[in-house]
Amino acid sequence: MAIYDRRRGRNGFYLGLCYVATGFGLAFLVWILLTLIYNGAKGLSPAVFTQMTPPPGSEGGLLNAILGSLVMTGLGIVVGTPLGMLAGTYMAEYGRHSKLAAVVRFINDILLSAPSIVVGLFIYEVMVARMGHFSALAGAVALGVIVVPVVVRTTEDMLLLVPNPLREAAAALGLPRSHVIGKVAYRAARAGLITGVLLAVARISGETAPLLFTALNNQFYSTNLDAPMASLPVVIFQFALSPYKEWQQLAWTGALIITAAVLSLSIIARVLGAQKSSS
Amino acid sequence: MGTKKVADFAIDTGALDSTEALDRRATLRRFKVLDTVFRLLTMTAASAVLVLLGGVIASLVIGSLPAFRAFGLDFLTTQSWNPVTEKFGALAPIYGTVVTSALAMLLAVPVGLGIAIFLTELCPYPLRRPIGIAIELLAGIPSIIYGIWGLFVLAPLIQQYVQPGLIGTFSNVPVLSTLFAGPPYGIGVLTASFILAIMVLPFITSISRDVFDTVPSVLKEAAYGVGCTTWEVVRSVVIPYTRVGVIGGVMLGLGRALGETMAVTFVIGNAHKISASLLAPGTTISATIANEFTEAVGDIYTSSLIALGLILFGITFVILALARYMLMRLEQKAA
Repeated sequence: MAIYDRRRGRNGFYLGLCYVATGFGLAFLVWILLTLIYNGAKGLSPAVFTQMTPPPGSEGGLLNAILGSLVMTGLGIVVGTPLGMLAGTYMAEYGRHSKLAAVVRFINDILLSAPSIVVGLFIYEVMVARMGHFSALAGAVALGVIVVPVVVRTTEDMLLLVPNPLREAAAALGLPRSHVIGKVAYRAARAGLITGVLLAVARISGETAPLLFTALNNQFYSTNLDAPMASLPVVIFQFALSPYKEWQQLAWTGALIITAAVLSLSIIARVLGAQKSSS
Repeated sequence: MGTKKVADFAIDTGALDSTEALDRRATLRRFKVLDTVFRLLTMTAASAVLVLLGGVIASLVIGSLPAFRAFGLDFLTTQSWNPVTEKFGALAPIYGTVVTSALAMLLAVPVGLGIAIFLTELCPYPLRRPIGIAIELLAGIPSIIYGIWGLFVLAPLIQQYVQPGLIGTFSNVPVLSTLFAGPPYGIGVLTASFILAIMVLPFITSISRDVFDTVPSVLKEAAYGVGCTTWEVVRSVVIPYTRVGVIGGVMLGLGRALGETMAVTFVIGNAHKISASLLAPGTTISATIANEFTEAVGDIYTSSLIALGLILFGITFVILALARYMLMRLEQKAA
């Protein structure tokens, strides 16, 4: 009987560890979120959304950083989405079994997890060094480069989910491939494609590393794409590491805003995606 | 007479030059042109992804040339990092990157696999999705949030409770006393590794869970049928069956850990030296670049930082390529 007891004991022990591991993971999620809410909510006030980032030691808000983030994220999406969607379309529709698609798929998956700071260096070399100064445009392009692999991946995956009989039916009517894709495949995969874009927005709106030396930072409100522009993550980085209480408080508030935005975006994307796959 | 059908045109040759026939031909030609244009457009976009990678590599290589010309391969093996005398060596950041990532994996792999086992074998069915999503949300939190949390919440706790304990407990144990030596700063290699571990956890979990799900139920049921316990099924059936995929997932997590920037920058301490103690401040490649790039003066300094970027990209590229290759092999096996 001893061997049964030993096996049962070992089973209980290791499975217990699995429960502990799950508890560990969930505890950190809850801990981080609670800390954020506790520290961030203290500083939430209308001033955060109506005033500029302050000089050291005085009160202020995050308006220029929030606007800067919105502008650069929007531009990044505009830059990266069309390229990503077209590339994903090629891989799922025209070149599904081609060599090119296989190579692009492999490279794209690597780009998907490549360190984002390297993208910052790349854009610095290509744009900032050439133009001679930091600019919001460079920041937006850097974000766009990060968007591309995300959108390529989801576009391909979602188009592959579209049943082939739909395409065949359209082709039997005499429609050329481009119309089959545009009028049938894209429409059938619409929710999935939107999910991909939302995921890309969630991914880049928290990105700091690629903005550090492309868009830099700007203490004032600016809409000039040719000049440095503030962004929420970079401001958080600068303020959190500063010794000033007011700045640190703003960093926490900014962190709360950004996390709330990113997490709700990814939850919305998930819900949209889930509807698609279950129906 | 009504509208003409396609068949009518085919039979009635007199309709060949009718406006309907010409319209039809024009439309077909337009379709053909449109299709070719769209096809070329998508193909160009797909190739652009390759160009993007080529561009990243080319720009990093060109940018790092001055540094490699000045220091040669010594750049990889020297430890000095002195902006004043313009002497740069990458050893300390490389060491920091490798050590923090390795330590992070040491913690993240067992915990990540544990969660995956929980989600596939133990969790009551209605809870699987919510818990899975919650773990994946950990991956959605921006890395700067981990940084600020690590600096203000985790580091003080580690400094107060964990580090004095480690130093005290191991002060008489030969090897461990050097690993856990020195004053408890709070920030340092160990704290950075811990945060990295939490950050890569969801990647390991979600890939392991996905590959665990590919194990055919028949195999598991057969094992249960001969009287295996759940743990024995996991250990002897599930994990051997999915080994390649699990390793792929782990490498994917490793690739993330190596390149992670902001969270590490906050808590590593940014000291350009290699310390035997894990409690001492250090630096990583990405943290060095993030901290110093905008303040770098002079070509050699900038170029050295870009060279660091090239090294980082090289390491992560190899790791990620291996990870993808393994996952691809598993997919082929499943298909």
